[in-house]
Amino acid sequence: MWWTRLKALIIKELLAILRDPRGRLILIGPPILQLVIFSYAATLEVKNIDVLVLNQDSGAWSQELVNRIAGAPTFRSIERVGSPDALRARIDAQQAIAAIHIGPTFSRDIAAGRPADLQIILDGRRSNAAQIVAGYLNQIVNQLSAEIGAGARGAGQAVTVVPRNWFNQNLIFQWFMVPNLVAAIALLIGLVVTALSIARERELGTFDQLMVSPLRTHEILIGKVIPPMIIGTFHMTIYILAAVFIFGVPLRGSLLMLYGSSIFYLLSVVGVGLFISALSMTQQQAILGAFLFMVPAMLLSGFATPIENMPDWLQPITYASPLRYFLVIVRGVFLKDLPFNEAMNNTIPLAIIAFLTLAAAAWLFRRRME
Amino acid sequence: MGEEFVRLSDVTKRFGSAPPALDAVSGSIRGGEITGLIGPDGAGKTTLIRLMTGLILPDSGVIEVLGFDTQKNPAGIQASIGYMPQRFGLYEDLSVQENLDLYADLRGLPLAERPAVFDELLTFTDLKRFTGRLAGKLSGGMKQKLGLACALLKKPRLLLLDEPGVGVDPISRRDLWTMVEDLTREGIGVLWSTAYLDEAEACDRVLLLNEGKLLFTGTPSGLTGRVDGRVFKLGGIEGRRRPILTKVLDQKGVVDGVIQGEAIRLVLDAPEPQGWKATDVAGRAAALSPAAPRFEDAFVDMLGGGPGGESKLADAAIPRDQNEGRAVIEARGLTKRFGDFTAASDITFSIPRGQIFGLLGPNGAGKSTTFKMLCGLLKPTEGEGRVAGFDLRHDTAEARNRLGYMAQKFSLYGDLSVAQNLAFFAGVYGLSGARKRERITLMTDIFDFRSILGMSAKDLPLGLKQRLALACAVLHEPEALFLDEPTSGVDPITRREFWTHINGLVEKGVTVLVTTHFMDEAEYCDRISLIYRGRSIALGSPDELKASVAGKDIPDPTMEDAFIALVQNSDLAETA
Repeated sequence: MWWTRLKALIIKELLAILRDPRGRLILIGPPILQLVIFSYAATLEVKNIDVLVLNQDSGAWSQELVNRIAGAPTFRSIERVGSPDALRARIDAQQAIAAIHIGPTFSRDIAAGRPADLQIILDGRRSNAAQIVAGYLNQIVNQLSAEIGAGARGAGQAVTVVPRNWFNQNLIFQWFMVPNLVAAIALLIGLVVTALSIARERELGTFDQLMVSPLRTHEILIGKVIPPMIIGTFHMTIYILAAVFIFGVPLRGSLLMLYGSSIFYLLSVVGVGLFISALSMTQQQAILGAFLFMVPAMLLSGFATPIENMPDWLQPITYASPLRYFLVIVRGVFLKDLPFNEAMNNTIPLAIIAFLTLAAAAWLFRRRME
Repeated sequence: MGEEFVRLSDVTKRFGSAPPALDAVSGSIRGGEITGLIGPDGAGKTTLIRLMTGLILPDSGVIEVLGFDTQKNPAGIQASIGYMPQRFGLYEDLSVQENLDLYADLRGLPLAERPAVFDELLTFTDLKRFTGRLAGKLSGGMKQKLGLACALLKKPRLLLLDEPGVGVDPISRRDLWTMVEDLTREGIGVLWSTAYLDEAEACDRVLLLNEGKLLFTGTPSGLTGRVDGRVFKLGGIEGRRRPILTKVLDQKGVVDGVIQGEAIRLVLDAPEPQGWKATDVAGRAAALSPAAPRFEDAFVDMLGGGPGGESKLADAAIPRDQNEGRAVIEARGLTKRFGDFTAASDITFSIPRGQIFGLLGPNGAGKSTTFKMLCGLLKPTEGEGRVAGFDLRHDTAEARNRLGYMAQKFSLYGDLSVAQNLAFFAGVYGLSGARKRERITLMTDIFDFRSILGMSAKDLPLGLKQRLALACAVLHEPEALFLDEPTSGVDPITRREFWTHINGLVEKGVTVLVTTHFMDEAEYCDRISLIYRGRSIALGSPDELKASVAGKDIPDPTMEDAFIALVQNSDLAETA
């Protein structure tokens, strides 16, 4: 008997989303946009940079340095400027992010075995990219000074640094981003679909109809939880397929583990969605509420920026974002063969969040009945 | 007779590929009169009003308002008319005064004139005491009055009111009407649109719309004249009046028939019955007496008469034992408080099997609260509600399996097809397998859904939506039916069809609780509770309530008279 009722409700929920043109748009539009934007456009890599060179030295060393910079694939073009004023004007106009100022005594100092000075000017308005560019330039300069050999910095020669990137040898940005998107899309879809479901019924006046039916409150809640989970799993699967077959991201771990923990991840997301839905009177409020949760949840999850970078007082808040845990799992399953106990360690918090959000949603749902 | 303010000639307007919203409508609105724009929901009333304001343009035909062509000079029109849309654009988070200020700014009312104008309008609308109150916190009637005040800020020559009577209780409705009549005395032309046919009778002139077509234009008495001498009241009925209505409707020459208290109101196609006698169908004491024709009688006559008296739905229902004696729906001391506001206080009644019980009352008086407590949508603060002997709080599922519910807005899933809606409601009420198929097939046959099974519910015309909502509510053969304003805004034919089914089901032993603010609909009930300010101020049959207020002022009160008198008496008792 209860199964007949529940089945009717689940089928109805799925039909209500799929038969509504706007509903279909939500299921197709944002996922494609997100995949394209995040994996191609919103890249955090720094590529195609234009650098200015103000070379007041006429020696061989400065020439060598400029050649090396020009030879690096990261830099698109090198433009020589004649005076500090010209340099200032170009940076001001954001025509270049970095400039190298080589003093008149650069080659002479090196030849004489004296420490040679080199100034790098960076556009601090774009702090993140500037930092990365500084890193690249430093690397080139360090290599140069190491090769000078007889130079005053020869002492540092004893240690040679050979970086090797594990899991993502060539630091391909998409290997990092696309698995993240698998988690993000489930958050977006799970949240929006759930948040809209009750609010839509309230707006249409069908909610009372549901409440006077023999469906019990918990059956209604289950009926509202399962369809977004099905849809969320569907989108995750599409993204996993895209990651492997379009972006060539290696899949090194167990898919079973990924899907297993995704149940708890989706439950926790849908729990938040239900909570928002129970709180909102209109679909507008529900969408607003969903985004109010989603943006901080993404930013506090380590999605794009490492949690370790955040101030100490902020870090505890990240424990509340389900995305935080699932990101570890999804990246782990893709890029390394995530061990079972590590997956468990990140699934248990998800189960706790799911329990709390679902319980809160159920409580609010019943309270709203008063 | 005033001059013609609005001239419509062959106005046609289409939206998309649907049948025209307005089809070659011609007519006029005069100054110094109230012109009623009458028609059920979806008839094209709002479209016609918006065309007159120049907000939308006709596909063909010409509209002249105050001498301006809407195609050429909409600005000229908009400067000299007052327009009150259906949900007047009040800003709910602004106070009454702030709303007035805002509209004065928008309308460019000079600062110097404002104090006098505000004072006059606030006195006129009796809102002076509430200037500081937020518009969102006003009652439905007060909102409409404030809306009217805003539309009158710059005294217009023509006032267009789109359904000002919706959501307004009869008392506020009379107030509004009196205000509008005062305006016409100053020569202003007023267009009052409404789906309530009783409002039509009070207008000076009417435009009657149905499905985009103008059925009639002229004075209301011009329309009711067509049924003059053919309207009767069948009194002295022996036994239950609903099966007798069914029988009467099947007699030759009966155009229309509805229950009116203890009697039946009939429209015949001739000045006397042809080939049958009142005593044949309604018992020895029965007699036909002439009655004054109403607008609705004429409208139904014009549409070719009401549906027959047979309900296939009721024929298919299994009769329930009527003599069980115990009440099917019971309210015992139902009380609901929200904070320190008592929405319903100590409401008690019981409805025996096979009766229709009506909850009547102004908006916000507590009738919805009572209704919701009885069908389990709200938990009562005190008291209890029972359905078929089951307590709604403890045996929720048992109680709910026995009740069918139909809400005002036909709570169907618009994006689901007709078949999917039926399947959903069947499933939710636990029907499965052969039983589910059998019930759905039965409903499909009874309501003639076969050709529209694949259509989305939201694309159905209003009448079919109503049928589908009823089908969904009775799929599981409930013992008790809860109907919340079930026929608000539907055309009279659909309304009759609906009540034919309900009457039939009631005869089979189904018990019905209905909320309504249609006074005619109240007459279909066996008993009525009048809810006002959270309390039941009167309980009895429609005839008893009417009789209780009869006096030398009103010898033969209508239901609306009774309603107003009872509410006013209650107010007097309160202040005394």
